[in-house]
Formats: sequence, C-alpha cells, structure tokens
Amino acid sequence: MAPLLELRGVTKTFGSVTALRDVDLEIGAAEAVGLIGDNGAGKSTLVKILSGVYAPTAGALHLDGSPVSFGSPADARRAGVEMIYQDLALCDDLDVAANIFLGRELRRRLGPIRILDRERMAAEAARMISELGLSLVPGRLVGTMSGGERQMVAVARALQFQPRLLLMDEPTAALSAEKIRVLLGLVEELKRRGVSILLISHRFTDILHVCDRIVVVRQGTVVGSLQPHAQPAEQTMARMTELMTGDRVSAA
Amino acid sequence: MSATTRPVSTVSRLRSALRPAEGGVNPGLVAALLILFVLLAVTSPYFLSSTNLLNIGKAVAITGIVAVGETIVIIAGGFDLSVGSTMAAAGMTAAFLLGFGVPLPVAFAASILLGILIGLVNGAIISYARINPLITTLATLAIVRGLAYVVSGGREIVISDPAWLSLGTGAILGIPVMIVIVAVTFLVFGWAMPRTIFGRYAYAIGSSARAARLSGVAVDRWRLAFYVTCGGLASLAGLVLVARTGNAQPSAALGVELDVITAVILGGTSLTGGRGRLAGTLIALLVIGIVNNGLTLLGVPSYWQQVVKGGILLAAVLYDELHRGRRDER
Repeated sequence: MAPLLELRGVTKTFGSVTALRDVDLEIGAAEAVGLIGDNGAGKSTLVKILSGVYAPTAGALHLDGSPVSFGSPADARRAGVEMIYQDLALCDDLDVAANIFLGRELRRRLGPIRILDRERMAAEAARMISELGLSLVPGRLVGTMSGGERQMVAVARALQFQPRLLLMDEPTAALSAEKIRVLLGLVEELKRRGVSILLISHRFTDILHVCDRIVVVRQGTVVGSLQPHAQPAEQTMARMTELMTGDRVSAA
Repeated sequence: MSATTRPVSTVSRLRSALRPAEGGVNPGLVAALLILFVLLAVTSPYFLSSTNLLNIGKAVAITGIVAVGETIVIIAGGFDLSVGSTMAAAGMTAAFLLGFGVPLPVAFAASILLGILIGLVNGAIISYARINPLITTLATLAIVRGLAYVVSGGREIVISDPAWLSLGTGAILGIPVMIVIVAVTFLVFGWAMPRTIFGRYAYAIGSSARAARLSGVAVDRWRLAFYVTCGGLASLAGLVLVARTGNAQPSAALGVELDVITAVILGGTSLTGGRGRLAGTLIALLVIGIVNNGLTLLGVPSYWQQVVKGGILLAAVLYDELHRGRRDER
C-alpha cells in the first residue's frame, strides 16, 4: 500500500540559501512520525511545504501514491492535511465552541435569513470534547484558559476538518509535564482513529514514546530515521542526539 | 474556578452578561447611569420631565446611529474617523439631488450609496493595501469633507421638503422619529451581532485576524462589509442631521468622531478589537447625554462640555487599558 503522504527529492531554496536539500519522507496511514532537528535544521520549511505555505523548488509530493501540489494552505486542507501552529492561532475573545467551529459555523434558517445555530455548535463541541476524553467547557472564553487547555481546543478544531494528516508544530513547548502526558494521550487516540500525525519538536524526550518513527533533519537534509520501539529508549536518545548534532556520542 | 457544568441560573446568566471579560456590559457603567439619573432627578426639577428626557434622546440619537457602525468596526479591530465627513457628504448629496428635482427616496438611496462607497474605499485600502485604519480614515476624513466643500462651494442648502424634515421633527405615537430610527438601528444590530455570521466574524477578526484567516474566514471581504456598514449608517445619520437642522452644510457633524468614539470605548468595546457590545455603547451614549444635559441644566458653560467629554474618553481608555492588563497577566 502506498504511504498516505510522501515527499520525493524535495529541495527548497530561498535565493542563494538552500533550506532543504533532496528530502525524502514518508508518512503512513495512522502513523505518528516525529520530526526533530535543531533550530534552523529545516523543520519549519518542511512543514510549510506539507501544509501548502511554500511550494518546493524541486521534487514532488505524493498523496496516496499520486502526485499532488498544494498551492495554498486551503489546498492542503482539502487534501486532508491540517496544521496546528505553535501559537495555536485561536481567537481569545471567542469561546471554545466558536473557536472549534470558526470558519464552518453551523447555521439554521430563521425566516428569510440564516443565523448561527449556537445551541447545536455548543452541543456538538461538547460531544466532540467528551469523545476525545478532554475536559473543556464549550462556553468558556479561550483567552481565560491555560496553555494546555488551549492546545486541546486547537486539536479539537483541527479535528473538525476531519484531517487524514495532522501536523503539530512544537505542541509540547509551552506545556507542563502533566499536560504533555494529556496531549500525548490525545495523539494515541488520534492514531486509533486512523489519523496520521507529524509531530515537530526539538525536545525529543517529549515525543519519543508516541512516535512510531522519528526522522532527524540537520542542515536541510534527512540524516536518519529511527524506530524508537526497536531498541531501549536510552539508545534511541543517544542516536538521535548524535544525528541532530552531527557529533559522535559514545553510546553507553 | 471549577470546570464542571452547573445548571445555569438566572442570576449566573445575569452575572455573566454583566462581566466585561465575557463581552458583557461593564456594571460600573450601568451604576454610573443610575447614579447620574437619580442625582439629576433630585437636583433639577426639570430633569424628569418627558420633554427633557426626549431631548436627551434626540441629542444622542444621531451620534447613536453612527456609534452602532463604529462599534462594529472597532470590535472587528478597525477604526473609522471618516464618519463625520461621510455624514456631511451624505446630507449634501441628497440635498443637491433634491434640488435637481430627483425624488426624495432616490436622493436618499444615492446618499446611502455614497456612504457605502466611502466604506468600500476605507475597507479596501485597509484590507488590501494594509494601511493602518487610523491613517486611512484620517485621510478619507479630509478628502470627503474637502470634496463636500468643493462641490457645494462652501454653501449650505436649506431643506424645505416636509417628508425629509419629518425625520428630525416628526413623531410616531409621541416618540420622535429620530429616536425610533436609532432604537431600530440598535435593535437590529444588537440582535444580529451575537446571532449571525456577520457578528461572529467581527469578533473573530478583531480577536485574531490571523486565526480567522487560517480557519478559512475571508477576512478581507468581511472587513469591507464592516466598513460598508459603518459608512451606510453614517450616511443615514447625516440625513437625519439635515432633517434636524433644516439645512445641509459641508461643515455638518464636524468633530462628531470624538463623540462617537467616546461612546464606543466608554461602552466597553476594546480599542484593540475582539470585545464589545452594542448594549454597552447604548448605555454609554445615555451616560454622555445625561452628563451633557445635566451640565446644561445646572448652568455650566457649554465650553466645559467639551472638557468633560475629553475627560470621559480618557477615563474610558484608561479603564480599557487597565482591564486588558489584568487579562494578559492571566
């Protein structure tokens, strides 16, 4: 079976700067892939190509084995690729349900006009939140919530688009250890639902346990791919550090 | 605060409606309105007379119509300084057309269309050329006002059409037509803001235009819609103003943006967008109207009204700033 999404020989240059060089990457159905690398390694550029922000200078994207090109984030979304930005891109002055349904509001007829169906959106949001095992109040203003809760809202909103692939940019960066556990539990739940996930992080300890595969980028190229469940965690971590920095670390 | 859901009692619903953090009306403002009302009712025997109360209503009616549009624009993270100029230009346009024998409804439609056009220009420059709304509408304020002078040669036009004048002097069941117009404007948009896509996107775009855009909201087109609404309502207010004064002048509504923006900000709409309610603007209008009326009744020279107005605006902005500071610390 062809992987869900595949990058073949993708290169991206900005003027004379090469941000990505001949990158191959595969993401399978219901697979969680970790993408790690130092700041400036090319993670963001790679993600922006996957989410339709940038077009690759060379190389191709394949979806279900057929070539695709994303001209815009809207194209990527239509193809089932959804992105959660590091800043989450939420409207602080709207409540949870309004954020989840932003851009796809449910409406009902009232005489000649169509008005927001606030009750149904609140009910749908509540149903969705409980299905995901989260504790969020649909009527709460997002601006009054903690970083972890906001992350959950962003995930719930992304799921509204029924994505096949969810890109998460540094989702653990602003979270406490406990919230990270909740988030990673959510990632497991998404995998069970058949959603593929690409987790971008520069703190690999956070994502080690949920990823089926970890891809390391350095200086614009993929320098290695690891199966974290194939060996003890310490070995994986040592190998990742080695790949990320390019230094040989003597494995214990 | 616990996150468990409790049955919503009337009291908690009322409390949340009054909590500014949730887009409610500032209870301090409601208190100010009540205190002012009682204070003036006690100190001035004339204050509670129906004539005086209707005078307060008429004094804030025209500002009120414009304030509805301005509230929407500011909630959506914008700003419109050109409303006063639009009012003058709208009045002049209808008066001119009437002078050429154009029927009144057509003249009115053309004048509303002019306001819509000014809103389109404002919105297009702000949305597509990404120019700061303060600068954009400051420029259109000057351009539109200037054109009103150029076209009219600086002359005023006296209006004798009884139908038009009735907007300013007539009454329906004892209620002045002006007050009916402003009340309907508030009711329509006050109903629509929390219930329609138009209102929802005003709050969303004012809260985070980026988030709205990433969610697929056509941010630029909606911004146009908000400025168009504001321009159209400014035109309507301009037509009512002509009816009240009996003539169309290129200098009409000079400086009205101060009154309008004071009412909007005092009413609890956040200067940075995302938060605000038309009910707040309405209460703020009444506070301002009663303060002005009180100053007159108490024999305070009218120049002081200007000072007091500026003071109220400053106090409202300070409150907004302090309130925002508290929210950001959370």
